[in-house]
Amino acid sequence: MSARHLDINMRVNGEAVSTRVEARKTLVDFLREDLSLTGTHVGCEHGVCGACTVRLGGEAVRSCLLLAVQCDGAEIETIEGLSDSGAITDLQSAFARRNALQCGYCTPGMLISAHELLANGTVPSRSQIREHISGNYCRCTGYQAIVDAIEQVAQTRATAK
Amino acid sequence: MKIAEDVVSGLSALDRPNSYIGRSVPRPNLDRLTQGRGQYVSDLVLPRMVHVAFLRSPHAHARIKTIEAGQAKSAPGVVAVVTGPELAKVITPWVGVLTHLKGIKSAPQHAIAVDRACWQGEAVCAVVAKSRAEAEDACALIDVDYEPLFAVTDAETALDRATPVIHPELGDNLTFERALVAGDPDKAFAESDAVVETTFVFGRHTGVTNEPRAIVADWNPGEQRLTVYQGTQAPHMTQDIFAKHLNLGSHQVRVITKDVGGSFGIKVHIYADEMATVALSKLLKRPVKFVADRFESFTTDIHARDHRVRAKIGVKKDGTITAFEIDDLTGIGPYSVYPRTSGIEANQVVNLVGGPYTSPNYRARARVVFQNKNVMCQYRAVGHPIATAVTEGLVDLAAAKIGMDTAEIRRRNLIADDAYPAVGASGIKFEKLSHHACLDKILAMMDYPKLRAEQVGLRGRGIYRGIGFASFIEVTNPSAAFYGVGGARISAQDGATLRLDATGAVFVHSGITEQGQGAESILAQCVATSFGVPIERIRIVTGDTDNTPYGGGTWASRAAGIGGEAAWQAGKALRANVLAAAASILQADPKALDIRAGIIVDSDNGRERMPLEEVARIVYFRPDTLPPGFQAELVVTRHYVPRAWPFAFTNGVQASYLEVDTRTGMVKLLKHWCVEDCGTVINPQLVDEQVRGGVVQGIGAALYEHCLYDETGQLLNGNLMDYLLPMANEMPDIEVGHVVTPTADSELGAKGAGEAGTAGAPGSVMNALNDALRPLNAALLVEMPFTPERVLRALGRV
Repeated sequence: MSARHLDINMRVNGEAVSTRVEARKTLVDFLREDLSLTGTHVGCEHGVCGACTVRLGGEAVRSCLLLAVQCDGAEIETIEGLSDSGAITDLQSAFARRNALQCGYCTPGMLISAHELLANGTVPSRSQIREHISGNYCRCTGYQAIVDAIEQVAQTRATAK
Repeated sequence: MKIAEDVVSGLSALDRPNSYIGRSVPRPNLDRLTQGRGQYVSDLVLPRMVHVAFLRSPHAHARIKTIEAGQAKSAPGVVAVVTGPELAKVITPWVGVLTHLKGIKSAPQHAIAVDRACWQGEAVCAVVAKSRAEAEDACALIDVDYEPLFAVTDAETALDRATPVIHPELGDNLTFERALVAGDPDKAFAESDAVVETTFVFGRHTGVTNEPRAIVADWNPGEQRLTVYQGTQAPHMTQDIFAKHLNLGSHQVRVITKDVGGSFGIKVHIYADEMATVALSKLLKRPVKFVADRFESFTTDIHARDHRVRAKIGVKKDGTITAFEIDDLTGIGPYSVYPRTSGIEANQVVNLVGGPYTSPNYRARARVVFQNKNVMCQYRAVGHPIATAVTEGLVDLAAAKIGMDTAEIRRRNLIADDAYPAVGASGIKFEKLSHHACLDKILAMMDYPKLRAEQVGLRGRGIYRGIGFASFIEVTNPSAAFYGVGGARISAQDGATLRLDATGAVFVHSGITEQGQGAESILAQCVATSFGVPIERIRIVTGDTDNTPYGGGTWASRAAGIGGEAAWQAGKALRANVLAAAASILQADPKALDIRAGIIVDSDNGRERMPLEEVARIVYFRPDTLPPGFQAELVVTRHYVPRAWPFAFTNGVQASYLEVDTRTGMVKLLKHWCVEDCGTVINPQLVDEQVRGGVVQGIGAALYEHCLYDETGQLLNGNLMDYLLPMANEMPDIEVGHVVTPTADSELGAKGAGEAGTAGAPGSVMNALNDALRPLNAALLVEMPFTPERVLRALGRV
């Protein structure tokens, strides 16, 4: 029988984390409960709603579908880290000005998905934006404001280049 | 460029300089949420806090013979295992009835099932442990001996003599029945040139708030006080109910509501597991946390709709609608939900059918029956989507029968814009609506003739597109007529307390709540305008029963119209008090002064006299320099409740343009329009986004969402893999337009806007779908959700 607890080492938002974690604990529960990073949200716990989206080695992933122990040695970024670093300030500002969030529960995951879409510097079409965020559930907005905000940031970034 | 910048106006319709009314001011609380710094109940951790998990009945109906929990009690981390009878010593049961729904009945419901479980998912035992995972582990060690009972699942047969009665003491499975006859429907149908009849079916669906229901209850025996952190829409309502059923004074209960991850009417009801959580905290004398997981959300969050409506319309050849008739049947689970009851939706359907139209002849019956399924209750746009889809579906059927354009038949029957005040066939009272102005506007926005031409042209190429309209009315700004008159202890009025602090900032404490609609922004806009300061100086406090005026919270589109008006009036009152103080300092006539942009000015020419913070400084720190006998009052409270009308009805119209793939049955939504009239628009962006979010929620009901039960009462798709939700890829862009008809019941003139989108979307999508398939002689699609399979069946392809 394998151990119920395992030691893990990772970097979360640039800070080294060395700790012992329950083997069955999901990454999202580990981030929220053990590291108090409550900006990552739990919506469905089965990989559909996208509220728990974080970056693992630079890639957007569902932290409810990963065990914390799977992330041993990994580099993880959450909404807190992305906010503090200023990496998504323009997206956050556009979301606020366009009211692209209401209750805000989906927003950290939505922003991380949008950040991934815009990473290559191109200006996606509205349908490409819709497709890219189609794994992030938002009950409040009806999505249009989110598409508008992402589109505007893409255009602004392209113009600024 | 898609983000319209907020445009500063000069004088607004409400005639204040530097007005924020009518401006798209960004909400003050958004940066926190975009940075992941929200404070949702799910995030909350308190010292000594423990977690509860519930063992839930796997049966839809079963007697609980024994509960063997010995192993669970000694499992790692377990603090307590508590059964229904044990918890019933701490918290009393409740019955969800109100006196204004004549004859409504229900049975006592317990926090945890006692002796009998009445739906799959009802809690039968609680396990409290150091972590949620340990509590769930221990749940798996509990052995319950159930005796399965007959599950009443089909609403159609629930009233048959052969069907067992779920609560024998009630005599039958009928919760509530209402019948209404207006005018002379029999004569009207007899004199009609055509009568069309069909049965509309509305599937059960649910709210699927992204943050599930969450509560942390903290009973402090040292203070003899219960503090409840709860994701709720109505903190004062839950405070009153927790106190009542725990046998406490309401001053012993404080409910705090910070960020709420979506509500939509889901979080305005009393849930057994949340009652159990507060009782467990009292029992264990420490904080207890419960957060529903997604499966629990599906089996215990209220479900909605589940109506079957037989419906009939009469029409003359000239398009005149002669009469409407409906017979509505709805199944609401085993209990009428506390405290608002599960009779309101059917009651609303009776009230609202035919509401936009002049036809005075109407017959309606609604029956509400018990079933062994999850409870059903009020969800966003209560009754409106059903009444609208039935009415508008009938109108389109009548138009098709007499060969009239669907916009034209509406034009000929909608109540004229100059005919108000008016009374609907069911007796509902309209102050002033604007159906024709809204219809004209939407037709222009759509370029209707061009769209029709495009539709016809494409048919030749085998492309089937449809256009569907839905005119609607919407109940907003409810007075005590909604709940209070029936004995519910739910505040109809709301208040705002304003405090000018020593630096010239204004604290606004309001009884309405924020779950993302933008209520805090509306409050800030109202106070900044009526008091006269830059909006950055406003600090809003909501969601705390210790620190806000007693109020109803946010539901039924009441926050802006009622809470906003109270804040507006409070701002005026505080301005008068501040000007009295300023006048005494300046030796001036207070009537000759005003506050503009945070500065005391001469009201006739705007000349600056002194900064607001200087008045505050003198009042707070140097009152000795004020004239003898003058006492400044820099805290004011004002309340508001609509009095002239029981509800502020609003109206609007939606249109859907869609394409059906006749090979696959898939529906592609091409575009959606909504024109609505919510009176004074305080913040255009917030209103538009309420409409858009609501439309998409209505589209979900029309095309995707369905809680599927088998005949034994087992929910088959209680997860997000199997329960389909509207996601970004399938949703259309939604164009929103406004017609503005303020209510004269308040100075602001604002009516609600939260239900409009959800009210009209299902009907307009249904009509567009049938419009698309009519040339193919498809069977009528009248059963929501319109899945590809149902579309293909209508086409005779499967």
